[in-house]
Amino acid sequence: MKANFKLAWRNLWRNRRRTLITVGSIFFGVLLSAYMSSMQEGSYEKMVDMVVKYYSGFMQIHHEEYWENKSINNTFELDPKLEQQVLNCKEIDYVIPRLESFALASSENLTKGVMVLGISPGKEHKLMSLADRVVEGKYLEKGDEGLIIGEGLAKYLKLGVNDTLVMISQGYHGISAAGKYPIRGLIKHPSPDLNKMIVFMDLANCQEFFSAENRLTSLVVNVKKLDDLNKSLRKIRNNLPAPYSIMSWEEMSPDLVQQIESDRAGGVIMKMIVYIIISFGILGTIMMMIAERRREFGVIIAIGMQRKKLATILFFETIFIGLIGAISGLIVSIPLLVFQYKNPIPLTGQTAQAMEAYGFEPFMFFSLAPSVFWQQALTVFIFTVIISVYPIISANKLNLIKALRS
Amino acid sequence: MNIIEIKNLKKTYNDSEVEVHAVNGVNLSIAEGEFAAIVGPSGSGKTTLLNMLGGLDDPSGGNILIDETELSHLSSSDLINFRMRNIGFVFQSYNLIPVLTAKENVEFIMQLQGKPKKDREERTYQLLEAVGLKGREKSRPGKLSGGQQQRVAVARALASKPKFVLADEPTANLDSKSTENLLDIMEELNKKENITFIFSTHDQRVVNKARRVITLEDGKVISDIRKD
Repeated sequence: MKANFKLAWRNLWRNRRRTLITVGSIFFGVLLSAYMSSMQEGSYEKMVDMVVKYYSGFMQIHHEEYWENKSINNTFELDPKLEQQVLNCKEIDYVIPRLESFALASSENLTKGVMVLGISPGKEHKLMSLADRVVEGKYLEKGDEGLIIGEGLAKYLKLGVNDTLVMISQGYHGISAAGKYPIRGLIKHPSPDLNKMIVFMDLANCQEFFSAENRLTSLVVNVKKLDDLNKSLRKIRNNLPAPYSIMSWEEMSPDLVQQIESDRAGGVIMKMIVYIIISFGILGTIMMMIAERRREFGVIIAIGMQRKKLATILFFETIFIGLIGAISGLIVSIPLLVFQYKNPIPLTGQTAQAMEAYGFEPFMFFSLAPSVFWQQALTVFIFTVIISVYPIISANKLNLIKALRS
Repeated sequence: MNIIEIKNLKKTYNDSEVEVHAVNGVNLSIAEGEFAAIVGPSGSGKTTLLNMLGGLDDPSGGNILIDETELSHLSSSDLINFRMRNIGFVFQSYNLIPVLTAKENVEFIMQLQGKPKKDREERTYQLLEAVGLKGREKSRPGKLSGGQQQRVAVARALASKPKFVLADEPTANLDSKSTENLLDIMEELNKKENITFIFSTHDQRVVNKARRVITLEDGKVISDIRKD
């Protein structure tokens, strides 16, 4: 085997320039594909973060009718037994109670529909890092009677810290909800959409506003490891009594999942086109290598090398080309993407406006997910293995006399 | 003792609509230790005969027995193994593996045979010395002259200790000095180690050295002269 490796390796460098050009095409293909994948996955991660880490959490328990009809009437009372039952599942990290509804907020002559989120300040910080996002004033405390609002909303309503926000809404079972609350702080929510409409209140204060004492719209359930999400979802779902239901973030945001999947499929097609072009380049090189050495193959078989052994050497040569290209591509793409991960590309002008209009931060984010890298290596490997069928067939079909005369 | 028995050997090509009888009923016996030349004009069937003798080409009829093994009874894979163990080849254009050094080229066939490294190296150095290439072990074919490459090819052909060596026009690309030198080496190996050499050649110098001259014409043996 060592001799086969040695021979294959030396054969590879018989025409150094040609091998380098072929390796170069793979190198740039891998680099381009890794860059493209990282950019795609980075934007998906950001989208998911926006939904999971800055809003929904990984799973939520609701009243079974809430998701179909998101009314304050479809809330549930927090049962400590339910909370304990969920926390008993070893994959679960923590739970966060929430009461969420809508209200009309106003100041002076300005009004705006807002999303009111009753939260436990400490627990919610754990999920959304809210305290770190306060840009002016301070974060809520437990039992706080004030509120914090999105920076965009404050700008719209021309309000600042210590100003008063008036809200009216419909409370539990049709009771009128109205109140005026001091603004403790302004928050820059990562979602531009929510930044323009979010109002955070302490949970008890919110329940009082909506006359929904001890009631929740959702119990956010977070797992310790993302990999355990589906397992824990199944576990909880199987043991969840009526009238509760549990949903994963994917079930709560099917549009997002679909958007990511279709975009990912588009990326796969693009990458396949790149790899198919590269593969034809490799195939061309291999075909030339074989055509040039037909006589040599004839001699080698004549003096006693089995065809399968010759095929193995040719297989190694093909694989070496793929591996050198893929590894060099990865060696360069890893530091490049680490840099891009730490320094997302800021978008400007209309592109930035369009991104913000869709509720995303105007940045091109990158991902360092292992799949970004191993998928390129695997794809190159698969393509080179497919290409290596050609030299294997050639070695097995070689006509000895014709080869020796060539 | 005969190591090769050829009985009524035929090779017919059906190129286009004309049947060409490249070898047409050849009967030959070759004994161990012979130094034989097969001669004849172009197209007389020398190379075809040698190819069939080396198991590189299939006969259309007749038999070839080498040490009582009928070549046509061997499978493709067994035939390759048989060639590796029993037949040495020297080609007109040397045909060394260009990415291997002289030493590695000679060693190559022994690696295929799975011989231990120590034995391989010992035999390689011995053969390279015998063909006058001591000190050029690490040279690749591109750095050797035609004559030197052909001497490496002879060493390679002998590496597996074959029963006989088939040399197809081995001197065709060599100048007279290299030809003389190569023939002397082969003759010496033939005499000292009793290695059987069978040449196909146009070269009168080879014919002069050969102790047996078999002349082919139109695929038939028209004369078989032993000089001894």
